Amino acid sequence: MSTAFQIVVCASIVPDPLQTLEPVTTPAGPSLKNELMLPAVLDPWASHALFEAAHLAQQHPGSKVWLVSLAPKAKLQQVMMTIAQKAAFELIALDGPASGFTEAADVAAALADTIQAIPGLDRSRLLLFGGWESASRGAGATMQILGEKLGITEQFQGVDQITIAADGSFEVLERIEGGKHQLSRCAAPPAVLGWATGNLPEPPNNPQIGMTNMRTIMPALQKAKPAKLTAEGVTFASVALPQQQRQTRIVKDMSPDDIARELVAWIQQ
Amino acid sequence: METILVLAHTEADGSLAQPAREAIAAAQTLGPFHVGLIGNHTQQAANQIAGCGAEKFFAVTGAEFAQPRYATDAAAAEAIARTAAATIILVPHTSRWGRVAAGVAARLGGRADTHVTGIAAGPTITRWYYRQRMEAQMTRTQRPWLIALDPGCVAPLQGAAGTATILPVNVTATSRTQVCGVKAPATSQQTIRPDAKLLFVAGAGWTKKQPDGQTHVAEAAEIILGFLNASQASLGSSKSLVDLSGEGQAVLPFMSHLNQIGQTGSTPRHRKGLATCCHGEEPHTVGWRFIVERRAINLDPNCGWARGKADVLYVADAFAVMRKVNELLAAKP
Repeated sequence: MSTAFQIVVCASIVPDPLQTLEPVTTPAGPSLKNELMLPAVLDPWASHALFEAAHLAQQHPGSKVWLVSLAPKAKLQQVMMTIAQKAAFELIALDGPASGFTEAADVAAALADTIQAIPGLDRSRLLLFGGWESASRGAGATMQILGEKLGITEQFQGVDQITIAADGSFEVLERIEGGKHQLSRCAAPPAVLGWATGNLPEPPNNPQIGMTNMRTIMPALQKAKPAKLTAEGVTFASVALPQQQRQTRIVKDMSPDDIARELVAWIQQ
Repeated sequence: METILVLAHTEADGSLAQPAREAIAAAQTLGPFHVGLIGNHTQQAANQIAGCGAEKFFAVTGAEFAQPRYATDAAAAEAIARTAAATIILVPHTSRWGRVAAGVAARLGGRADTHVTGIAAGPTITRWYYRQRMEAQMTRTQRPWLIALDPGCVAPLQGAAGTATILPVNVTATSRTQVCGVKAPATSQQTIRPDAKLLFVAGAGWTKKQPDGQTHVAEAAEIILGFLNASQASLGSSKSLVDLSGEGQAVLPFMSHLNQIGQTGSTPRHRKGLATCCHGEEPHTVGWRFIVERRAINLDPNCGWARGKADVLYVADAFAVMRKVNELLAAKP
């Protein structure tokens, strides 16, 4: 049996995690202050999904990777300058907000329409990859809804590993409570895999891959269709940064032995 | 008038785990509610909560619903929600419900909000955005509205045992997936303990050069494991420490990305937290957002991880302090 896969990775962009974030209220709902000015990165867990997809495609000749991304296309273009050098893929871009305050259901609907329009997509070989949660909304909802919209009922979340068997079936390790993994065996695609960290380090930049990718990335960005996302039905009463500031007692002149005694007493309280 | 439904899975022994009992306790504050149970055997679980005040107990029962997998779990949840005509559906945000919550809401034509940390009449919910960096209170008009409540946010239902009458719900569900089991580290290597009172956070400083100009990674590993075994604390780590393995540096052998807390890790709930050799400002400190009492050991008195975030910051060498802590814990009966 052929084990060539058609892997569609869904990934958006988020503000660089090191940036200071501040919520603001707009007529359209909550947003981030100066959101379009903040440096952006590909969503971390979705990045792992992309790297795992590229690795899987390399291992299984005949496989192909698409990256479907809904984000402001000017910001997406900036992020692609880096990501394009790390993994081979064909970009399909949608132009729209990448805010965490958008509705997962609306994002999933836009992604589903786009994926269904990919020419020649073979559902029987389809692996739908993404991050198990975004670093913005952090809900773990989009991939599940997308799977439902595409009629895919084999879904896995918090995935750290996929192992393909010769007959095309595959084993999946999913994170569960207590630092454990659930091991499942799925007979065949299609399937949705929401990735956690996986096992692969971030690939080094490869200018050759970057040049190949950029031939399709720029036209894809130019063709990016606008995606209309609404927040109908949702009312945010408040969005605020946690204000709690602790009065830290700084202990400078205590010996390690005395600190240890104090800590043990505290631990055993 | 809302029709509120709490959905819960039974455990392998037929009981209801604490997160499920927390969701039921949350429902009690909202008004009349039903309970829906899913599992291989459901009567024992229904009896365990017979006196919780639920108007009806629905159940999908069968061996195929014992396995935590999307296709069968989603089908069972959908069937109970339709039978109950639920408009508000509460589930505990366990890994099992986290896998299906949004998919079930989509099937029902509704919406889901996950990782909810608080719920009040209305309902109005509280959840965090941008990896626990901002907190929102919100409500929505779409129904059914599925709300997945993070474990540890509500005191669990206690002592409501009795005899419950179950209304069976019939479901036919097939799946191409078989759950083969659980992979867990050996007990001696198990460092993640969700029920522990104390979270011990190890930072990258443990692998850096010490005053003698050398690294002491093996000693760090021995001290940390010794402390975890003596205190039964759970181990968390900064991203920088778990990333070291990908960079070819000496690492703590028992540390993996599963231990990672913070921006791209977990934000566990424990009563106490002790951070050692951790550095970084706000984005890195969200890992102990939900730790109630916090102490830190660090050589830098201005460390952003601790100052303003911890109750006590000990400016000291963590190697020396933790070595002594281990001695004291070993000496205690």
